[in-house]
This record gives sequence, C-alpha cells and structure tokens, in this order.
Amino acid sequence: MADMIKTATRDAYGKALAELGQEKADLIVFDADLAGATKTSVFQKAFPDRHFDCGIAEGNMICAAAGASTMGLVPFASSFAMFAAGRAFEQVRNSIGYPHLNVKIGATHGGISVGEDGASHQCCEDFALMRSIPGMTVICPADGEEARMAVRAAYEMEGPVYLRFGRLAVPEFHEKNFNFQIGKGEILRDGTDVAIIANGLLVYEAIKAGEALAEAGINAMVINMATIKPLDEELVLAAAKKCGKVITCEEHSVIGGLGEAVCGLLSEKLPTVVRRIGVNDEYGHSGPATDLLKQFGLSAEHIVEVATDLCK
Amino acid sequence: MTLSEKKQLQLTACKVRMGIIESTFNAKCGHPGGSLSATEMFTYLYFKEMNIDPTDPKGAGRDRFVLSKGHTAPGLYSTLALRGYFPVEDLKTLRRIDSYLQGHPNMNTVPGVDMSTGSLGQGVSTAVGMALAAKHKGESVRVYTLLGDGEIQEGQCWEAFMFAAHYDLDNFVAIIDNNGLQIDGNVADVMSPYPIVDKLEAFGFKVVAINGHDFDEIEAALATARETKGQPTAIVMSTVKGKGVSFMENNAGWHGKAPNAAEYEQAMNELNATYAELEAN
Repeated sequence: MADMIKTATRDAYGKALAELGQEKADLIVFDADLAGATKTSVFQKAFPDRHFDCGIAEGNMICAAAGASTMGLVPFASSFAMFAAGRAFEQVRNSIGYPHLNVKIGATHGGISVGEDGASHQCCEDFALMRSIPGMTVICPADGEEARMAVRAAYEMEGPVYLRFGRLAVPEFHEKNFNFQIGKGEILRDGTDVAIIANGLLVYEAIKAGEALAEAGINAMVINMATIKPLDEELVLAAAKKCGKVITCEEHSVIGGLGEAVCGLLSEKLPTVVRRIGVNDEYGHSGPATDLLKQFGLSAEHIVEVATDLCK
Repeated sequence: MTLSEKKQLQLTACKVRMGIIESTFNAKCGHPGGSLSATEMFTYLYFKEMNIDPTDPKGAGRDRFVLSKGHTAPGLYSTLALRGYFPVEDLKTLRRIDSYLQGHPNMNTVPGVDMSTGSLGQGVSTAVGMALAAKHKGESVRVYTLLGDGEIQEGQCWEAFMFAAHYDLDNFVAIIDNNGLQIDGNVADVMSPYPIVDKLEAFGFKVVAINGHDFDEIEAALATARETKGQPTAIVMSTVKGKGVSFMENNAGWHGKAPNAAEYEQAMNELNATYAELEAN
C-alpha cells in the first residue's frame, strides 16, 4: 500500500473540468481569485473564454452562476469550502437552492487537512450547511477517480450539487471509470461485526482500519458514502441490520454531517448503536495536514480504537 | 413616443397601481410603497422596452428582468398580469397559502418571473450572471434589474456592479429606484448611499439620472442604455415612494403595510379619478 498513487481530489477536480469541457460546450466555470488553488486554472488554461474570475466576491459569484444557469449554461462555481458554503450560504440557499437551479458548486480545501492555514480556512461545517438546503445534493469523493466521476455525474444531473474536494493528496483506490452513482454507497469490504461508513479522505483510513480489525478478529464492513445527501438509506439500513453497530467517519464536525444523517435515519427506522468520528465541536489549528488528522482522531488507528471498544 | 402612446402608458401605469392596492389590500400585507414608486418603470419595461412574449414566458431569446428589490412583487405581479402573463383577478390571491403569487417573486410558480428574489443584493448578481451568459452565447438578450436605494447598502450590489463593468456588460441595465425611504426612515439618515451617481460612474457605469415617473425620460434613458457600448448602464431614478396614492406618498410607513378597508377605498377612488382624468385629456 505504501507505493499507492496519491492525488488530491482538488487536482482531480480541475482535470475533470478540463476533460468534461472538451465534451460539453455549455460548461462554464466561475472562480473567486483562487483558480490556482481550487485547480479550476487547469480548465482556464484549456478554455480561457469559458472561465470567469469573479475576484474575491463569493456572494456575487454564487448568484452570477445562478443567473448564468437560467440562460442554459452549466456553471461550476468554485472557492474554498469555507467561502462557498460558509460565507455564501445564504446566496446558495436563496439564489440556487430555492429556485432549484442547475449550478454545481466545486468547493475545495474542505476539512482540517487544509493544514497550515489554520482554523479560519478549515471548513468543518459545509456538509451541515449544504445538507440543510432542500433539494441540494451533497457529495464528498474519496479519491481522485471518484472526484472525476462525481464531477461527470454532477454535470449529468439536473439541479444543484455541492461537491467537496480536499487539498491533501490521498491514495487512489478506485478503478478508472468505475460505476459511480450519486446517492449510492459503495461496499468496499463486507463484514458482520461493525459497519464503518465513511466519506472523503476517511474512506481510505476506514479501509486500513478494516484490515487491521480483521487481524484482530473483528469483521468490519466498510462503506464509502460519497453522497451525504440524498443518503443511501437502503444501504445504511442493510448495514446496520447486518452488523448491529455503526461507526461514521468524516472530515467534518460531528454536528450536522454524515454522522448525524446516519443517526437521523437509524434513530427513526432501525435504532442502532452509532459512534461518530469527526471533528468534535471544536476549531482546527495550524499544522501539517497529516499530523492534524492524527491529532483530531481522523485516522485508521482511531477508527480501530473506536471499533474495538464498540465490539467489546 | 407619440402622445397617444404616452397616454396609453399612463393609463396602464394607473391600472398597475390599482393592482398593487388591490393585491396588498386583499393580502392584508405586502409592500405597496416601493411598488408604486417603480410603477412607471415596470410599465415601460413590460409594455414597451423589453423583447418578451407573454404567451411564451420562457422563450429562449427573450429579454430578462430581475426584481432585485423583490419585496415590491406587487408592482411586478400587477404589471405581469396586465401584460397578459396570468389573470388580473389572481392578484387578489397574493400571499395566500394556496396562491402561486408568493410574497416575493418565485420564478418556478409565477409566469413571467425570470428569477426568484427577495434577499436584497442577490438579484442584481443573478442579473449580471444572465448578462454575462447572454454575451458568452452570442445572444442579443438584454437584462434589466431594479434595485432599491436602500438595497444598495448591501455590499454584494457593489460586487455585482464591479463584475458588470469588468466584463463590459453593455447588455445589462441596473435601475435604482431612488425614492429616498427605507423601513427605518430616510436612506440618507439610516445609512447614506449617496452620492449614487458618482459612485456608479466610478464603478465604470454609464449613468443616467432621471425622473422615474416621466415616461419621456424613462424612454430616453433606456435608449441611451441600448446605445451604450462597452460598459453597463445605470439609471438612477428619482421617485416618490407611494406615488399616486396621496396618503402613501413620501411616507416610510407604507413600505410594508397594506391599506385597511377605508384606506383601500380612498386609494381606489384617487386612482379611479386619476384614470378618468387621463382618459378625458
């Protein structure tokens, strides 16, 4: 595993836009002075006349994208998650969500793996914010290929989509052109003792945890739940029924994200013991991304600890 | 425009005003003041200026209008109804629980509404996005947006203005209804947006200042906007909040309040008198 190829999902996002741009003339991109970081610069290089920098004005960018979508174009609007989902929340809610417009929000630098920039830029609230908007689809891919497929699927579906990408390079484990479907979770490892449901960079940690747990005699099911909304309820219920115990893992606050979505479903339809792994109602801080992830318990080691405790 | 055209527009504007009073009276709430101040502009845009077809409200090449000051929906709805987008009778259902005429414009329920608005500062941004998209697609679509003078206290408006000038959106027209009043009082006292003309010029706009109740001036300003190339146009129109209904004029209290039965009667009597007078001349 040490020699696995690593890709940041933001890099995959930029490349996917450029690739899709070749095929789809109606795809345009908005950015807010972060094209180099969000990687929409890759698209910009290929299609300079279809990339519109809005300057450091995210609220206007989100609404301009909404307006452009009413003219039959398919805009991808990009910034850091903090500003796309956070600063521009109300613009997303009222100008994209309420009229249910065909705008895709490509938000990069989600979670604490932003690293050295620290808490002001480490958005751990975007799933919560975007999930709360009626009709919004919320996706957080786990690796580069999933990011690429998610961009394509988001383009193909009619309606607003929030895509969250990361800054940190993470291992590639998906096959090229695998069957990605919005709203469908993916069983990466079958098991019977505990279901580990993860998204984003926690998916690979969950895979590693599953292997370590197997060595210790705990047979864990590992699920990649890239789509947080609409949640694959069928799969969550089936996993909970089979395993009787659930752990959720996300690079997000334990408030309002995948964990709460799973808890909400299970508490109403199949009460099951759940442990949520995520950022525990606190801010991040500066530091190397990999160290921060360990410190905040967003690691295979911590998943193993929680699973072991849960399966005692 | 000919004298008879002008008279027709004035008569239509008077009917738009009646629709505003009728709808807000029946709703027992809503925003008559800023609807009445922008009535001539609504009327001119929908009855003369814009390339639109009420029988094909979603027609691809149509001009767009975004009511950035979305709370003045009664003014827009009344104009749309009279223009033939939906029955005038339906204005009485404004804001009702089973009505498609939502308190603020909803593009998915109201025929003729090009963008859902209501949260101030956002409509203008959606409008610049439309104008950019039209230019990008090489369509001759023009995009008009109406903002309140209080609304431009929202910083996002200025982000949108920057954007319009930066992308040379000469198919975009920002119309500012300078009636001088907002909920808490005079705009100059609450948080002065002045000097509006100078600021818009500094932001790269061709700016025309007019009397927003004068159809000749409205026509000339919109013609200037069409002739202006390489930059967006702003029309700053001086207006009277509550225009056409004596007791509502220049009174911030009528920003978001409906007339009661006696007030309704008086307002309609005044508007009917105005209508008869116009017709007689």
